[in-house]
Amino acid sequence: MIQIIVFLPLVAALIAGLGNRMIGNVPAKLVTTAGLFGSCALAWPIFIGFLSGSSHEQVVHVLSFIHSGGLTVDWALRVDALTAVMLVVVTSVSALVHLYSWGYMAEDDSQPRFFAYLSLFTFAMLMLVTADSLVQMFFGWEGVGLASYLLIGFWYRKPSANAAAMKAFVVNRVGDFGFSLGIFGTFLVFGSVSIPYILTHVPTVAGVTIGFLGMRVDVMTLLCILLFIGAMGKSAQLGLHTWLPDAMEGPTPVSALIHAATMVTAGVFMVCRLSPMFVASPTASAMVTYIGAATAFFAATVGTCQTDIKRVIAYSTCSQLGYMFFAAGVGAYNAAMFHLFTHAFFKALLFLGAGSVIHAMHHEQDMRYYGGLWRKIPLTFAAMMAGTLAITGVGLGGVFGFAGFYSKDAIIEATYAAHSEAGGIAFFIAVFAALLTSFYSWRLVFLTFFGTPRWAGSEHIQHAAHDAHGHGHDDHSHGHDDPTLGYQPHESPLSMLVPLGLLGLGAVFAGFAFSGHFLDPEHGKAFWNGSLAFNSELMEAREGVPVFVKLSATVVMLLGLLIAWWAYVRDTSIPAKFAAQFDILYRFLLNKWYFDELYDALFVRPAMMLGRLLWHRGDENTIDRFGPNGAAAFVAQGSRLAVKFQSGYLASYALVMLCGVVAAATYFMFGGAK
Amino acid sequence: MITLGHYLIVSAILFVMGVLGIFINRKNIIIILMAIELILLSVNLNLVAFSAYLHDLVGQIFAMFVLTVAAGEAAIGLAILVIYFRSRGTIAVDDVNRMKG
Repeated sequence: MIQIIVFLPLVAALIAGLGNRMIGNVPAKLVTTAGLFGSCALAWPIFIGFLSGSSHEQVVHVLSFIHSGGLTVDWALRVDALTAVMLVVVTSVSALVHLYSWGYMAEDDSQPRFFAYLSLFTFAMLMLVTADSLVQMFFGWEGVGLASYLLIGFWYRKPSANAAAMKAFVVNRVGDFGFSLGIFGTFLVFGSVSIPYILTHVPTVAGVTIGFLGMRVDVMTLLCILLFIGAMGKSAQLGLHTWLPDAMEGPTPVSALIHAATMVTAGVFMVCRLSPMFVASPTASAMVTYIGAATAFFAATVGTCQTDIKRVIAYSTCSQLGYMFFAAGVGAYNAAMFHLFTHAFFKALLFLGAGSVIHAMHHEQDMRYYGGLWRKIPLTFAAMMAGTLAITGVGLGGVFGFAGFYSKDAIIEATYAAHSEAGGIAFFIAVFAALLTSFYSWRLVFLTFFGTPRWAGSEHIQHAAHDAHGHGHDDHSHGHDDPTLGYQPHESPLSMLVPLGLLGLGAVFAGFAFSGHFLDPEHGKAFWNGSLAFNSELMEAREGVPVFVKLSATVVMLLGLLIAWWAYVRDTSIPAKFAAQFDILYRFLLNKWYFDELYDALFVRPAMMLGRLLWHRGDENTIDRFGPNGAAAFVAQGSRLAVKFQSGYLASYALVMLCGVVAAATYFMFGGAK
Repeated sequence: MITLGHYLIVSAILFVMGVLGIFINRKNIIIILMAIELILLSVNLNLVAFSAYLHDLVGQIFAMFVLTVAAGEAAIGLAILVIYFRSRGTIAVDDVNRMKG
């Protein structure tokens, strides 16, 4: 069964991708969407089986891959509770994104290609989450990177999309380098790349040191840090996060897929899969905590100042991934996975909802040109509200809460309960980031759906309104001071609303329904059943944290809501005043902490300069000049000289002949004839 | 007293004039033909002079042959010239460069 789940998307991708124009749009879309829904339908029973305790861990051998000396790698699909969670997340979100793309991409002229890439993306992610060895995980890891490159650069006629695709690929390579070093190191230390083998042999290398870059370092710490660098690249942690916001250049369904299910979660999944290794290295765990906390803080601050609706959500993802990592860092791997699980639903919902808004607003993405949309597109508004309530963690303890309420609170409480230095710092950052999360999420909602319509200033809308004039659909009754220009936003088609509704259900109920199995000290232990390092003590301590910790998330959520409401509904002049007052801070945040500029100056420009130096000086002026071009020029010069002898004048030829005769005669008279 | 040396000097002068007539002349192919005649005559003069000096008649017989060949050569050369003029419309030496590489 697991083979079908994993390979159905691949088959669908091959049919749609190779068939392409030959089979046409509708069959290609049908086969990929049906494939994904098939996978999804098969994945849920497995997950439910693990929830009820009737499924058991199994490894299905598919093919032999590499047998060379001590290295043995096979294609094998591993199914345990951790994989089951990921299977559900990946196939559900991907299936809904496929369905959503029917409506969103309806006017695109290369739809089979798009759907083939989507399915390929899903297949790569499924290979990653079912991997039984690090090498197979690396295969999925790189497959995800390739598919994301293809999808971010899907609109390849847009230079910005190409640049974003290359950026994503290159930044990911940096992380992948760390990951591959980690795999090499693991093989060196354990003599195997099989994940179960490695995890059971972790205690045997406790305290062993290894030489690395001229230092003696603890084996486990080194391996964990190297592997975590890989996770940082894939999961867009601080330092290697720059590709994530730029990935917004791809079509919106792709953003949803990348952010919710198939790419950025890979790093979190990998850390959880290898959690026994991280448990064995407090240093590496502390580093994971600090990096995660720094990312959560950084991305949340940047998210408060962005005006592009998709970028706000992108930074929100970055921030939430930070939450997952510091949860993993303090040892609450199950809380990290739970947040990944709930986050997948509400983040996919937010992205698809944003896509629906963008669709309604004629591809305008700037929130400053929205406003008052809730009357025009009420269903999208309802979906976005569900997503926002879920991400900000609205809920009442013990009664009911939206998805994020359970997972985010669990993380915040776990950081407090960890009683470590890193955990304490992470706790304060988590609470502050929750405040910012609430602020920017509500800011998005208020700017988009409330207030007065402001889309007269948008070029996209002006185009649309102008077209409407041209076609005579307009009644000409409005003046040019009308802030709507007569443009009426329209609700999206059914194929886009159905996924929104289903994800909305997930965003509302996923936390409530599954928190017991994921988080409870006893149920959790039975559910995870050793597939990740489950810390029962931490989970018990989490339930015993002081009241102020339990309430902190809710309080800051309300505070963020209040600030956003005050600044964007009550008195809309506040943001401008604030920006003017704290000009430097505002510009610092608006420019994303100047990370892109810093990297540009540090890496991009020197690399370009070196490249140009080698190109002009090295290649053109040295190798070419004295090599091929030099030889060719010498021959050409020589022949040009030789041509001059061939004047065509009989007299010159005769003169040369005479000279020859004279020379020969002279030779015979005075030289050779002795 | 006119010695062999005088004959040879005259003959050499004629020869060099003929050669220069070929190389320096840039105008007329007929002049080239005339220059060739001049070269042949200088050779004849040499032959006759050595024949008288060595008392050997073979040289004079050779000179007669050369005269005959020269007459034929002039006839053929002029014929070629006429044909050439008909086809190209000119007999200027500078234009005769179809063998240019």
